[in-house]
Amino acid sequence: MKLVTAIIKPFKLDEVREALSAIGVQGITVTEVKGFGRQKGHTELYRGAEYVVDFLPKVKIEAAVKTEMLDQVLEAIEKAANTGKIGDGKIFVFELEKVVRIRTGETDAAAL
Amino acid sequence: MKKLISILSMLALFVVFAGGAGAQDKAPEKAAAEAKAEPAKAEEKKTEAPKPKVDKGDTTWMMVATALVILMTIPGLALFYGGMVRAKNTLSVLMQVFVTFCVIAVLWVIYGYSMAFSGGNAFFGGFSKLFLSGVTGESLAATFSKGVAIPELAFVAFQLTFAAITCGLIVGAFAERAKFSAVLVFAVLWFTFSYLPIAHMVWYWDGPDAITDAKSLETVTAAAGWLWQKGALDFAGGTVVHINAGVAGLVGAWVIGKRIGYGKEAMPPHNLPLTMMGACMLWVGWFGFNAGSNLEATGTATIAFLNTIVATAAAVLAWLLAETVARGKASALGAASGAVAGLVAITPACGFVGVGGGLVIGLVAGVAGFWGVTALKRMLGADDSLDVFGVHGVCGIVGALFTGVFAAPSLGGSGIFDYVANGVSPEYSIGGQVMTQAIAVGTTIIWSAVVALIAFKIVDLSIGLRVTEEEEREGLDVASHGEAAYRM
Repeated sequence: MKLVTAIIKPFKLDEVREALSAIGVQGITVTEVKGFGRQKGHTELYRGAEYVVDFLPKVKIEAAVKTEMLDQVLEAIEKAANTGKIGDGKIFVFELEKVVRIRTGETDAAAL
Repeated sequence: MKKLISILSMLALFVVFAGGAGAQDKAPEKAAAEAKAEPAKAEEKKTEAPKPKVDKGDTTWMMVATALVILMTIPGLALFYGGMVRAKNTLSVLMQVFVTFCVIAVLWVIYGYSMAFSGGNAFFGGFSKLFLSGVTGESLAATFSKGVAIPELAFVAFQLTFAAITCGLIVGAFAERAKFSAVLVFAVLWFTFSYLPIAHMVWYWDGPDAITDAKSLETVTAAAGWLWQKGALDFAGGTVVHINAGVAGLVGAWVIGKRIGYGKEAMPPHNLPLTMMGACMLWVGWFGFNAGSNLEATGTATIAFLNTIVATAAAVLAWLLAETVARGKASALGAASGAVAGLVAITPACGFVGVGGGLVIGLVAGVAGFWGVTALKRMLGADDSLDVFGVHGVCGIVGALFTGVFAAPSLGGSGIFDYVANGVSPEYSIGGQVMTQAIAVGTTIIWSAVVALIAFKIVDLSIGLRVTEEEEREGLDVASHGEAAYRM
């Protein structure tokens, strides 16, 4: 099993969610985050004061998937979240040791 | 600190000297007005002065106007300021404005009204109306028309709101770091020794009813406040309210010191919609402030009313234009600030200048305010958190001086009313009036700065002006009031 974490542009969330549902991903967790990458921040001006905002708002998606689905999942996210411009985000894949469904106590593949 | 003192004193000295030079121009003008009075004296009738008339419309308008000025302060000013601070200090600013209002309201009826609006000397009123002694629902206050009065209690209430908002304005200069108790004690001291005398100097007179000839004009003038005697024009409080508060704020920002992290950490406004709402409420409430200062629902009130719309709109556009040229973008904070800049500048002028004059004053104020919060702020080097001096001080001075220009009948203004001839005096010297205005501005700057400096020092040495560093980092909402504006 793999844990896929993707940082994407906030307005791409719906498209990514739909693409993942379409290939059979059963659930994802979404967090609003801020960060910086190659995309530049912006400057805000308040009367005489100028502030550089480096951290831009992004959305972090986490999905636990079966190993055999990984390629499909990566492709779906990559396709849905792509705008072709700097700041589209990144996908990180982690090895997943164990999964437990709290309600039933099912584990691993059965719990996904 | 030295830089600040030198800039302030230079500014004050400049206007006073300029004013002193101009006072000579003014003297012949006065003499001319008095000379003109001679023929009027001849046709003086022996009839007894009739009892002044109280009009229901005027009384109603004054109560509505008073409520509007309260709307300016709470919530208008409180929200305007509240949105500009960081989230952790929101309630502290709301509380400082709100509670200052309450303190001044109480002091006003105890001794404030008496010290500002009863006879004393040219600088301080007397104590004959302590606890509003002798003022009842039947008492009358003079207006600017002969034979017309309003209930004195309406005047008491109206002027109360002016005193309260002036003290509330100062709070913005040292927001985010002042001790709650220190703010209140300072407000009491400064109100007593700066607001009351300046209000007395600028606005106190016996009213027009006693003026029938040159001699009675002299008597009434001699009993009036010092700046009134000089002929300074301040329709709704450019000197008394805005310059007065702006200077006190600047001195406060300097005495209390900069916020921790000022210039290093980001301190952006936490909620500009609040600020925008506050500015809009200020604008609406300002109709009471400006048009209400006419004390009667007459044509002059409508001039003040229209000027309050037009000058403000012009100032917003001018501020945004300046901002766009300098920075490339027109901001919401700029629009809100521009509105306040325009309102401040038109305040002393609103009933004296025509709409054209109001328009020009608005345009100048928009640019001057933008300069006040950017270039001038950097020059002064004080952390005037919410730009009380940059907006209220600077635009107050612009408004006070330009009142002298555009009050001229030749420029569409009302001129100066001659109560002896019962008509507008045909003589008007723009240079002379501007100099008189400059004396009023200089007097206010010096008086307010000295009183504020002493008052801040007294508070600092007795209870301390500032919260501890830890409390400042935590935020004044929790540290001073034990609550938070926002729950996450």
